[in-house]
Amino acid sequence: MSILKEEFPVEAMDFVTAGEASAQIKRLLKKLGVDPGVIRRLSIACYEAEINLVIHSDGGKLTLEMNPENVSLISEDVGPGIPDIDLAMSEGYSTASDDVRMMGFGAGMGLANMARNADRFHIDSKVGEGTRIEMIFDINK
Amino acid sequence: MTVNDVASVLGAALLTKDTDTSRPVREGYSCDLLSWVMAHGREGMAWVTVQTHMNVIAVASLHDMSCVIIPEGIHVEDEVLEKASEEGISVLSSGLTAFDICGRLAAAGIGAC
Repeated sequence: MSILKEEFPVEAMDFVTAGEASAQIKRLLKKLGVDPGVIRRLSIACYEAEINLVIHSDGGKLTLEMNPENVSLISEDVGPGIPDIDLAMSEGYSTASDDVRMMGFGAGMGLANMARNADRFHIDSKVGEGTRIEMIFDINK
Repeated sequence: MTVNDVASVLGAALLTKDTDTSRPVREGYSCDLLSWVMAHGREGMAWVTVQTHMNVIAVASLHDMSCVIIPEGIHVEDEVLEKASEEGISVLSSGLTAFDICGRLAAAGIGAC
């Protein structure tokens, strides 16, 4: 049974508010008394997902859902999709533009960092439609 | 060593208001690639970067870093400093290069991660 479910819309190419959803989610989990280690892992993965939505999608949303055992974070977007997920998952591979790289993004670390921080990670993508990433974080490990 | 001590070792100016400068600094880090810092940042870090946009504060805050140090007197926009103050992240400005900042912090006993 879910204790909480909340959605956070993320706009494409909006670098001013990028990170706001992750900061809100972090504050919310702190209020709910979730273990700081879990909050930290989730916040990092969440920020990576949020930045990916800003950089690569045409807009999307993050959905946070919590139950007594775990917290799930789902990133869904409308966008170009990922043609080769294995390649996109490999560290150092990025399709980010030069402008985005000038800001210090696009090192090709995002997806791998999400997978590393989540207890379970699943990604689905359809070229020309969009990408869905589901991450689960166990609360009581 | 605290954020205050770091500022004094570097002769750096504190640009943010009302942040906790008595916070301990556990280690130092220098990197301008935000994606890299997301993967390698840690709690209590003093992070040296030439990047000054809003996302620097988001990354520092998500990692619960102690402070961000901007080298070579690079200008930081007011909105970024307001955001940093809101998030409780101290931002220091130094006239030194990132290389010199790291050298001085290392000499003062701050280790790397």
